[in-house]
Amino acid sequence: MVLEIRSLSKSFGGLKVIDALSIGVERGERLALIGPNGAGKTTVFNLITGVYPVDAGKILLEGNDITALPSRYRIRRGLARTFQNIRLMAHLTVIENVMIAQYPRAPGAAAMLQPVGFGRANRWRAEARAALAEAGLEAYADEPAGALPYGIQKRVELVRALAAAPRVLLLDEPAAGLNAAETEALHQALEAIARRGVTLVVVEHDMQFVGRLCSRVVVLNFGCKIAECAPRDIHADGKVREAYLGAEEHAA
Amino acid sequence: MSGYLESVLVLLAINIILAYAAFLPMVAGQLNLGVAAFVAIGAYSAGYLSNSFGLHPVPAALMAVAIAALTGWLVAFPILRTRGIYLALATFALNQVVQGTILNLNVVGGASGYPVPAHIGFPVVAAFSLAVIVLVFLAFRTRFGISVTAVSDDERVADLMGLSVRGVQSAAFTAGAALAGLAGALYAHHFNYIEAQNYGVLFSIYIVLYVLLGGTQTVYGPLLGAAVFTLLPELLRGSAAWRYVIFACLIIAIMSLRPQGVILKRAWFSK
Repeated sequence: MVLEIRSLSKSFGGLKVIDALSIGVERGERLALIGPNGAGKTTVFNLITGVYPVDAGKILLEGNDITALPSRYRIRRGLARTFQNIRLMAHLTVIENVMIAQYPRAPGAAAMLQPVGFGRANRWRAEARAALAEAGLEAYADEPAGALPYGIQKRVELVRALAAAPRVLLLDEPAAGLNAAETEALHQALEAIARRGVTLVVVEHDMQFVGRLCSRVVVLNFGCKIAECAPRDIHADGKVREAYLGAEEHAA
Repeated sequence: MSGYLESVLVLLAINIILAYAAFLPMVAGQLNLGVAAFVAIGAYSAGYLSNSFGLHPVPAALMAVAIAALTGWLVAFPILRTRGIYLALATFALNQVVQGTILNLNVVGGASGYPVPAHIGFPVVAAFSLAVIVLVFLAFRTRFGISVTAVSDDERVADLMGLSVRGVQSAAFTAGAALAGLAGALYAHHFNYIEAQNYGVLFSIYIVLYVLLGGTQTVYGPLLGAAVFTLLPELLRGSAAWRYVIFACLIIAIMSLRPQGVILKRAWFSK
């Protein structure tokens, strides 16, 4: 397994947000994590990436225990993510945002002092520009990221996450706020990324999107796994319907 | 060159270094109101080294830079535990501590000031200032330059992108302290007399003001801010007593018209 969480628990105050949750992700898999609002989906991502320390349980990445590894070292192990509310660095240009994510591939003090700003000749800058061009975003390369429209920022965030050359990519609501055409383009982009062998874990509410992209769905409610199945079987599951729609009323 | 013109140019050269001393931490999201503390440390260290050990003023200045940088690096540990307004207040307090300490140090003259006879002339001051400009411009073309802005924009994401947030913040604070120390050392050896009373918080606030006025989005901003702050009061000399009033009104006018500073990144103009 490329990513595994074992009986992970997390409480905030007295509230148990994640409760003994175990999920395994196979290499090259496309797993969706779904559930009603407040089910703990983003918290799972935050625990995996080290935003919060876990209360109990283990996180294994490619067989290595990373539970106690400081958050900033996790991306170096091949784990990158995007954010539910886009979080680009507003005062950096688009290309600089992408270049930030290259750092974990060649970290260290010497790399920090390496000039990367001179024209197109620099290897890292050229690579970032090529990645933006591939995503059709080259025209925005030198714009400050904070000034761009939502849809564009969302695409930039994906290019940035990929610049770290991750083996596992966590996507937090990648299709949220996108129109039909943008969602289709995102689907194509993620298919291409998955074909390169990147494992995808997706938190998403758009079930049509999930159905096309993912091979397996894990359903969370109140921090517990209530179902695990193929996307097409999800509607048949009584617990899932109950979680989303409430308990069915029986006709008198 | 007339003595007057030369002394204005020396002040300009030193003020440019000071502007970058405040700019480096500011880009990393730190409002450092203790810049004058590091200026004082640089000025007094350089003066003491050349007075008491007969060191040539240039190596004395370089050693003073090292002392200011080391002090900056050490105080960065407690100071960077604070954020925002608390960080500004912590640096404010640091300024008071350093100024108060020097005022009580009789070995460097205490409250009566400290003469530093060894002289550094205008060409050397100008050369240092140019070197600082070139170094800062180069630094902002490296990964460090991108990282400093990244850290101030979003610490959490910068961390998740693999950056050492504390390392970058501490480097920016330390580099700022080093530049402030350099400005102090050059001032001491050019004007040959220093007084701890001058290195109060008000002086720190003036430096921060140039940088905010010039703009913190690009490396050109502090250059412009330092030039305006040095030259404008001189140009207003005609109106004698009122010149600082006019100057202050101009600052308020510029700040209200362009709160992000005069020089902005290209795309922000259209907003």
